[in-house]
Amino acid sequence: MNRMYVMLKGFIKYKNLLLELVVRDIKIRYRKSVLGLFWTLLNPLLMMTVTTIVFSSLFRTNIPYFPVYFLTGSILFTFNSEATTQALTSIISNADLIKKVYIPKYLFPFSRVLSSLVNFVFAFIALLLVMVVTSTPFKPTILLSFIPLFYLLLFTTGLSLILSSVTVFFRDIHHLYGVFTLLWTYATPLFYPTSIIPEKFKWIFVWNPLYYFIDYFRKLVLDGIIPNLSANLTCFLIGFLVLIAGLVTFYKSQDRFILYI
Amino acid sequence: MSQNIVELKDVSMMFNLSREKVDNLKEYFVRFVKKQLSFEEFWALKNISFNIERGESLGIVGLNGSGKSTLLKIIAGVMKPTKGTVSVYGTVAPLIELGAGFDFELTARENIFLNGAILGFSRAQIKEKFEEIVDFAELWDFIDVPIKNFSSGMVARLGFSIATISRPDILIADEILGVGDYKFQKKCEGRINEIIGNGATVILVSHSIETVKKMCTKVAWLKKGELVKVGPSDTVCEEYMASMENEQ
Repeated sequence: MNRMYVMLKGFIKYKNLLLELVVRDIKIRYRKSVLGLFWTLLNPLLMMTVTTIVFSSLFRTNIPYFPVYFLTGSILFTFNSEATTQALTSIISNADLIKKVYIPKYLFPFSRVLSSLVNFVFAFIALLLVMVVTSTPFKPTILLSFIPLFYLLLFTTGLSLILSSVTVFFRDIHHLYGVFTLLWTYATPLFYPTSIIPEKFKWIFVWNPLYYFIDYFRKLVLDGIIPNLSANLTCFLIGFLVLIAGLVTFYKSQDRFILYI
Repeated sequence: MSQNIVELKDVSMMFNLSREKVDNLKEYFVRFVKKQLSFEEFWALKNISFNIERGESLGIVGLNGSGKSTLLKIIAGVMKPTKGTVSVYGTVAPLIELGAGFDFELTARENIFLNGAILGFSRAQIKEKFEEIVDFAELWDFIDVPIKNFSSGMVARLGFSIATISRPDILIADEILGVGDYKFQKKCEGRINEIIGNGATVILVSHSIETVKKMCTKVAWLKKGELVKVGPSDTVCEEYMASMENEQ
């Protein structure tokens, strides 16, 4: 508990630094690109167009409002995979800073999560645009979108902390995670409905944490339903437990980072 | 209220050289099975204990590899000692091994804001001091050039400028004076004296014994990770020089 308090105090003191790091990440990402920040809007729109053309002919009868079905899943999934992949290298790529001066190291993976969150906001705007263009009805529950986002933020931060600390000691995690994300893309019902998956494989969804967050978000946006207590509890617990696991892993190993970077 | 601003008790630092060669899963597994993970222990510091009082200027002398930079990194909070405790009762602005927390891909301007934020300042506070920082470093022509294109002297000037403007309680200067030209060295000495005059503590590492004698009140002598002696700068410097001559 005392450690939590110290971490929180440090957090407040270093909020300026966190802001600087997030700004730096975004600047570097778009420094030499022509379209710049416009890419964050364009990327989900392009993805959606391509996937809709390819997949809607297969699932046309099954999924109403396919573009929105796809995008709701895709923007959450992209937020998670982008944040974790960026955070994975955050400690090793900031080796210069860490070796020279004291900085609370959890700021590095966390700043990557926050920059991806900024990208998510743009992607969400793209989602709204697509809803307008495809005449998808707006449900009032869409205003509660920040709730599943919050749960997912807990999960993603926890996973980012774990990945960033483990990569310091085992550099090949970087490549392994790339493959893992690819498999994860297929194990999540982004562009197919859950109904086409045979019963014996449905356990994949039970064990896929992202399934719960995406399902919650889709219920809000497409069905206009507020998920029940059980769904809220599941999402919250997944996020919270992974966050705790991340904090513990990171805290226990951070003093040894300096020897390996 | 203790007058000490840094307290070192039995500080020891161990580096595990064989473990550091392993950086992927396969290698780790192989070595784990063969039980080869814990050999080649290197103790860079052994049982260092001494205190630094507020307002003192401490010099650290010793041959290359004696553990000076490691000790500085421990005081700055960059490393945690393997054994022992270190207590620091103030803000630290470290300039260790020619660098100050710079991101080499960014420009000088961007690094001033980044480094300022690392030292705990808000954007507004840094904006106020911005001119003063660039004036001292004399880098007006290069303010928007990425630091990776700077010479080592330029990096040193910028680092020193930012670190000292921030009015730290403790300034750690590791070989910073060796890099600049004569003009810069004079400016540094002047700035350091100003800081000491304002009550801050300075920890200086230098291979130039004259500089150490001139600027420091107390000197610690490290040899192969051990503290040989800590005391008034005149005495310790004499003994250090004497032992160097004897070994010749």
